[in-house]
Amino acid sequence: MLILIIRPDAWNFPLLLHVLGAMLMVGALVLAGSALLVAWRDGSATMLRLGYRSLLLGVVPSWFLMRAGAEWIASKEHLENSNASWVGIGFSTADGGALFIIIATVLAGFAMRRAAKREGASGLGRASAVLIGVLVVGYVVAIWAMTTKPV
Amino acid sequence: MYDTLLFLHVLSAFALMITVVVFSAFALGAASNGRILTVSNALWAVGGLGTLGFGIWLAIYVKGYAISDGWIIAAIVLWVVANAFGGKAQVGFSDKADERARAQAALMHWLRSLAVLALLVVMIYKPGA
Repeated sequence: MLILIIRPDAWNFPLLLHVLGAMLMVGALVLAGSALLVAWRDGSATMLRLGYRSLLLGVVPSWFLMRAGAEWIASKEHLENSNASWVGIGFSTADGGALFIIIATVLAGFAMRRAAKREGASGLGRASAVLIGVLVVGYVVAIWAMTTKPV
Repeated sequence: MYDTLLFLHVLSAFALMITVVVFSAFALGAASNGRILTVSNALWAVGGLGTLGFGIWLAIYVKGYAISDGWIIAAIVLWVVANAFGGKAQVGFSDKADERARAQAALMHWLRSLAVLALLVVMIYKPGA
């Protein structure tokens, strides 16, 4: 097997930003999802707050880093208008995921506020946790597409 | 085969970074939780074995790379360093840990995070390849 992956040096930094952003985003998503699952089970307001803050302060900024890196590396590789499946999967999970992230963050925020007022927020927190689960599955598919690059 | 190995290698790296993010939250003062810590530590173990195992497999499988390449040796050294710091970070965030142990664990965690970041940079730039 003869494979040697060599890319121009100019592609490295945008790729680093893209991959780092994706890793931080998935890490923060798993943290948020775990905290919301613990809250689901225990009704812990502290875990609801951790879930919400992970989404707001972790997932949202790292999504921007991942997406900006994606756009930059795509322009370097002239892939903006590519019809390749892996590019399509990447952009659709990134952009579609943004909507899920916004909804999950808003739901977790309301759940946290209602829990603080002792109004009962389990449904909102659970819905947010489910959305995060869907997102994580989607991003595993995106990682598969980015590494195997199906045409 | 190459695609599968690369996917599993990168997926393992994501598992490592999940642990880094979780511990960063705790090191920054978020309330820790035993179950989240357990899952996080398990991901660190799985990710660590996966990155190393699939990484070495890739280095052997791909013609043009060799285990003796400088960037691969650097990556293995960084992996060992990250695991050494990681082992010390794990014990300090348990419920039984006192303030001093927690502060020490936070320091170990940030050093681990630096090693993981350096590992990612080496993987992307592949200096000398």
